[in-house]
Amino acid sequence: MNERKITLAYGSGGRLTHQLIKDIFLKHLNNEILSQMNDSAVFELDGRLAFTTDSYVVNPIFFPGGDIGKLAVNGTVNDLAMMGAEPLYISLSVIIEEGLSLEELERIVISIKDAVEEAGVRIITGDTKVVEKGKADKIFINTSGLGIIPRGIEIRGDNAKPKEVVVVSGTIGDHGIAILSARNQLSFSADVKSDTAPLNKLVKIMVDSVPEISVLRDPTRGGLATTLNEIAQASNVGIEIYESEIPIRDSVRGACELLGLDPLYIANEGKLIAIVPENKAKLLLDVMHNSPYGRDARIIGKVTREHPGKVILVTKLGAKRILDMLSGDPLPRIC
Amino acid sequence: MKLDYNNTQLARRILSEIEEISSHLRNVTIMEFCGTHTHSIFRFGIRELLPSNVRMLSGPGCPVCVTDNRDIDYSLTLAEMPNTIITTFGDMVRVPGSYKSLQDIKAEGRDVRVVYSCISALEIAEENPDKNVIFLGVGFETTAPTVAGAIIEARKRGIDNFFVYSMHKLTPPAMRSILELGEVKLDGILGPGHVSTVIGSDAWSFLPEEYKIPIAIAGFDIIDILLGIKALLEMIRENRPKVVNTYLRSVKLNGNKLAQDTIYEVFEVIDSYWRGLGKLPNSGLRIRKEYRDFDASVRFPIEVKEIKEDKLCRCGEVIRGVISPLECPLFDSVCNPSNPVGPCMVSSEGTCSAYYLYGVRR
Repeated sequence: MNERKITLAYGSGGRLTHQLIKDIFLKHLNNEILSQMNDSAVFELDGRLAFTTDSYVVNPIFFPGGDIGKLAVNGTVNDLAMMGAEPLYISLSVIIEEGLSLEELERIVISIKDAVEEAGVRIITGDTKVVEKGKADKIFINTSGLGIIPRGIEIRGDNAKPKEVVVVSGTIGDHGIAILSARNQLSFSADVKSDTAPLNKLVKIMVDSVPEISVLRDPTRGGLATTLNEIAQASNVGIEIYESEIPIRDSVRGACELLGLDPLYIANEGKLIAIVPENKAKLLLDVMHNSPYGRDARIIGKVTREHPGKVILVTKLGAKRILDMLSGDPLPRIC
Repeated sequence: MKLDYNNTQLARRILSEIEEISSHLRNVTIMEFCGTHTHSIFRFGIRELLPSNVRMLSGPGCPVCVTDNRDIDYSLTLAEMPNTIITTFGDMVRVPGSYKSLQDIKAEGRDVRVVYSCISALEIAEENPDKNVIFLGVGFETTAPTVAGAIIEARKRGIDNFFVYSMHKLTPPAMRSILELGEVKLDGILGPGHVSTVIGSDAWSFLPEEYKIPIAIAGFDIIDILLGIKALLEMIRENRPKVVNTYLRSVKLNGNKLAQDTIYEVFEVIDSYWRGLGKLPNSGLRIRKEYRDFDASVRFPIEVKEIKEDKLCRCGEVIRGVISPLECPLFDSVCNPSNPVGPCMVSSEGTCSAYYLYGVRR
């Protein structure tokens, strides 16, 4: 039997488009706002809002630990969560290259459903387009997200202050290496899975217990090193990081050594960096360790007055060197 | 007992031994041949931890960096042929040739793919029987065996659309050339661990015998590198130059016979052009006539346009260890990893890239 494939007709706006939306998207993602099926989703919201958008072009679309659908939900949820916002609503736009099988599309949509359930958000509006073979690569997804920032929360990238400490929520480099190994069938990193995960629930318990958190960022493209540089520059402070404290899986470290990559520059999709006053760090870590998303959280460094705008790495031997931003891109299309 | 190669305590002890030995020495200069050593040395902060009279100098051990502009331009011209897929290691993609880079050519719509092994290129050829799939063979003795293996495999599987443009180079002639030029005075050489795994520690015996310079072959972790430096300092102090192999878990006296046989089954030694060093006798590898069906330079004898070099780029001198990247006027002013002028800023083994990446600035 021939497997059914998406053709240009599915994007025509006619009967096949409606059928696709009904049989795949609505079937798995339905809720009372989405089911209105009007030109816009209509709803009421109160409070200070956070709004974000992101496009996902990851190659391959399925990889160990996730797929483009899960990534598209978690990435946008996390962008909201990093402002301290509680994510509520997501839009979903898909651009499909003709030839993608309906079975693969449905797998992605089911994965989106699982991700929105895990994060506790809803898809309330969407769009589907189909383009000719070669004009896209299987499927591209755009999601936008809307969330509410609770009163009293003031989390921004330019908020880091000297004497605060830097916390990371878990092992770094997993996502980038998982993508790389899926792309190249690298057998030595077979046990590395993408860490893609929604961080909003972790952030919620963090800000509930420690509202004094100054900065939250998720170190996605460019990795830990680049994100720390962004914070150091935005806040005009120095950041000192201890190499021996940075959690990295042996398999990720091994893959990086073989490929000549530095795990500090490899993307993550389910980790965050928090900067907090030193006297709140222990409480924060205790809270984080109770969450499945922060079980391996630890302090990896501190904010300093010296060398503003720069990140210094203290190596295992105690030597200090500058940890620069990522230049160029060793791994294109990782998200 | 399991020796932990990341063992910090052990590293501290070796460092204090290094300090002790060098307290008996005048200023000494050690060249690390290999670009992977250069990067590891910066990554671990070793330069900063060494006594002030021990100077580390980076050598020519970066295959992409020493690739001559003529070869880069030829590769780019190959990439512009219709019906062609170029496969290459990632480092090559951003290297600027006389007019553009593979990255530019890819952006223009040509099919340029990064692979992590030549075997992947062979698989791409198998999957695309109607395309010419060309692998850009850049590398030292470490890379050549796998490329040779892929060519042998291509013949075995009857794949006739797979080609290699061999720019492979041999390392001992480059080391000899630097000593013959005499531009830098070296007291010792930190020998390349991976290359020596293939060619054997004995391949370096000409250094103590002909040039009275000690060499210590070392691995790439902190302890490996420190042990290598310590062995060199001991030999310098005793004035007894030898080949010392501190990377015993990988390097044997005569190297890896199977790897060598595989290389010479497919390749033969020729004179070769090196960036910064010029034409060096018996320093390159060409595909033998028995395998010429797979030789891109035979199959596609195309003309390349006139070669242009950026007059201000001092990659050549950096490769020879004559200047540090900080002495190049382009470093960090015009040339950086996002806008590399020369290959030393591009390659993950390049000296300028190490300086830039690890925050060394004027």
